[in-house]
Amino acid sequence: MNEAYELDVNGVRYPINAAMDRNLSSVLRTEVGLTGTKEGCDDCECGACMVLIDGQPVNSCSYLAAQAQGREVTTVEGILDGDNLHPLQRNLLEEGGVQCGFCTPGMIMSAQALLTRNPSPTEEEIRIGLSGNLCRCTGYQRILAAVERTAAES
Amino acid sequence: MTLTIATSLDEVLTALAEGARPIAGGTDLVVGARQGKSPLPDSLVAIDRVAALSQIESADGHIRIGAGVPHRRLMSDTLIVERYTGLADAAALIGSPSTRNVGTIGGNVMNGSPAMDTGAPLLTLGAMVELRSVGNTRQVALSDLWTGPGRTSANPDELCVYIVIPQPPALSGSAYVRLEYRRAMEIAVVGAGASVVVAEDGTIVSGRVAMTSVAPTIVELAGASDAMAGLSLVEAAAVIGAMASDQAVPISDLRGSDRYRRHTIGVMAARALDAAARRAGGEQIGVPVNRSLGIGAAR
Repeated sequence: MNEAYELDVNGVRYPINAAMDRNLSSVLRTEVGLTGTKEGCDDCECGACMVLIDGQPVNSCSYLAAQAQGREVTTVEGILDGDNLHPLQRNLLEEGGVQCGFCTPGMIMSAQALLTRNPSPTEEEIRIGLSGNLCRCTGYQRILAAVERTAAES
Repeated sequence: MTLTIATSLDEVLTALAEGARPIAGGTDLVVGARQGKSPLPDSLVAIDRVAALSQIESADGHIRIGAGVPHRRLMSDTLIVERYTGLADAAALIGSPSTRNVGTIGGNVMNGSPAMDTGAPLLTLGAMVELRSVGNTRQVALSDLWTGPGRTSANPDELCVYIVIPQPPALSGSAYVRLEYRRAMEIAVVGAGASVVVAEDGTIVSGRVAMTSVAPTIVELAGASDAMAGLSLVEAAAVIGAMASDQAVPISDLRGSDRYRRHTIGVMAARALDAAARRAGGEQIGVPVNRSLGIGAAR
């Protein structure tokens, strides 16, 4: 049975009408209509569904959407600066940290949370910060380079 | 399914009395449901906004850790890192940053997994859980709480509200180490926690050791304290390692065979004891021990 509630996503309040057992990634994609957040493993392993809840990275596939009521949800769509790419997005492209692109939104959310908390992370701290995000294309080195470059530029 | 978002402990206890089940970060419950292992309960009460469950308080020779404290705080809280270091080691190894943001100590303990990381250090530190239901509060030792894989002796209307740990004595230290194949999103192949008191000359005075993923629950190594009392650290580590392999009753599964687990639990128990005793003697070994001493998966 559906219930009505509201979610604050990227600073916009959305009315939701959905069953209470729906996970956040599916509600974001099909009810809110923001498809940047990906569903990969649906098992809390791959990090493609990573979003920020009150600024902290959370696997949205294993988080009940209704539990996010009253909290601020940020998706990859929410970090754009108008029509300009976010520095993390631009650096991922320029460093070759994007191949198929499926992991990229989740990587960006984890990296963004890391850099907000720790603007000058060591390589080890970046590895830990991204340790919940799998990438099957790049071998990670270029993703690390993009995060390091973003930190150095800011 | 219904979901009630509670803001007070009374609200949670009332909901539990009416048949609801608690959810905090959902890292076990929702994942389990999505894997089809066990469907979500018909009625859930969200406990992650109950302020009383997110406190860490030190008083009367004990520390009381709210069941809703996430692993992220356990691994960085000054008091826990300094005095209950084995617990910080364990919290720092759980899942990934996102798991540690929303996953809680109460959830880890009450989920009852024989592979839970916080269980072994909590057992060696002598932790109790405080269970509360409408009109009733009781404290239960962890050895009486875990009754089998995913099973506890708590009643369905009881909520774990605190983990209560006695203050460790002077010249004591603790550690938790885990055998892992990778450095994130890992479940213990085996793991060991140790808590020891040493003499000024480094001789072991007393201690406790507990084992992860080698029995239907987290189990304490029987006879460990008597066996290591009076020994040097090197001697004690050899004795405890042999005892751990002897007492382990592991299963074979996709993470490891029973023979492999029986061997490696001895190695991990000896290493946990080593790190705990070195910390007891004042050596600074950073959290988690796995990363500081290069135990477990390489980069």
